[in-house]
Amino acid sequence: MDLNLDAPHSMGTTIIGVTYNGGVVLGADSRTSTGMYVANRASDKITQLTDNVYVCRSGSAADSQVVSDYVRYFLHQHTIQLGQPATVKVSANLIRMLAYNNKNMLQTGLIVGGWDKYEGGKIYGIPLGGTVVEQPFAIGGSGSSYLYGFFDQAWKENMTKEEAEQLVVKAVSLAIARDGASGGVVRTVIINEEGVTRNFYPGDQLQLWHEELEPQNSLLDILNAAGPEPMAM
Amino acid sequence: MTFTIPIDNGDAVKNAEADSQRTLYPYVTGTSIVAIKYKDGVLMASDMGGSYGSTLRYKNIERVKAIGKHSLLGASGEISDFQEILRYLDELILNDNMWDDGNSLGPKEVHNYLTRVMYNRRNKFNPLWNTLVLGGIKNGESYLGMVSMIGVSFEDNHIATGFGNHLARPILRDEWHADLSFEDGVKLLEKCMRVLLYRDRSAINKLQIAKITEEGVTVSQPYSLKTFWEFQAFHNPTAGAEGSW
Repeated sequence: MDLNLDAPHSMGTTIIGVTYNGGVVLGADSRTSTGMYVANRASDKITQLTDNVYVCRSGSAADSQVVSDYVRYFLHQHTIQLGQPATVKVSANLIRMLAYNNKNMLQTGLIVGGWDKYEGGKIYGIPLGGTVVEQPFAIGGSGSSYLYGFFDQAWKENMTKEEAEQLVVKAVSLAIARDGASGGVVRTVIINEEGVTRNFYPGDQLQLWHEELEPQNSLLDILNAAGPEPMAM
Repeated sequence: MTFTIPIDNGDAVKNAEADSQRTLYPYVTGTSIVAIKYKDGVLMASDMGGSYGSTLRYKNIERVKAIGKHSLLGASGEISDFQEILRYLDELILNDNMWDDGNSLGPKEVHNYLTRVMYNRRNKFNPLWNTLVLGGIKNGESYLGMVSMIGVSFEDNHIATGFGNHLARPILRDEWHADLSFEDGVKLLEKCMRVLLYRDRSAINKLQIAKITEEGVTVSQPYSLKTFWEFQAFHNPTAGAEGSW
């Protein structure tokens, strides 16, 4: 079996950004793969650009890292020159500039999310090619294929912060269940007027889906619990 | 300054130099635009879809935009390239306004500008992957034309792009006539858009119709069309021929 350990690092990924009544919730899985091998099972794909703007990265790990590094650098200078926090729209536009002008070389889909005093919570999706689309919610990465139907049904406007985060965690967890390129833990970042909150949901804290079983320490525990003659027919 | 790094996966890097300025394929695309001249100006219809390959990924994309006071631009093809073209046109209109000479760019001029841009990009093998439809009216004269990604450019009384070329054009050739009223124009466009909805896989049932007259531009709210499925033949098409379709 060829694990192809020399394949480029790619974040198969599931990434999500959702607006709610007062801010945004960003969510992602934590798997980074090289071919069939999981190079990092606890990656952090939600990267800070400024105090109030974060980006979810998918696709090529290298491309998404370097793009977000450049944009963080530009935004830092922009914030100093502007004298106040950068807006989410400007952050999205800088990402767009790099994504569009290097479209032939980059392979990364990004979701920019944050809060600013002018527009409140905003989410911008920037898929391959460099299109910018402002959306009430955005999904991306290979795992997102399994979530279009879910969001069509489950999304509603003006959710509370708790509802929005629960939706995001549920969605990433569902995608992890079906997408081999997504896995690990669910990370979320909530951004609003008050500030930023990072949360972490390891696999064992998530709901079980179809044909998934309750994790055990060992078969021995099952055998012992079931009684003196568990394997008798 | 140049030092060669031995790279195994060098193909991507070596070819990057040569191909760094070539758009090879579109990612997020819009489907057909259909437009007609009518009594008071031009009507242009498009759906609000942005497809990502076969996935109907985005359902709220506006593919028809007002340009200055006298023109409407509709685009099918790669949305990021359309967004870039809108930036070019922003600059064009801004510079036109800065002259402050009472003149303003009409549809003919905007069409010409776009034709030059598209053709020159085509010559460099780096096209903007769009088919653009430019409609407008200035000083009582209505104008409707299109430019393709290879720089083919022309004017006509009715225009259709993408699947519309095959499905809408025959309808327009048959039923378009000069001095259509607004109502008849809208009905004609809706007839075309309904056929596209039935037969174009990348069409979605959410459309906008934009109108440009001497008074200005109006883009309708997004709306959906009713579809008809009650043909007898649809109810039991394989009765008597099981396994057929």
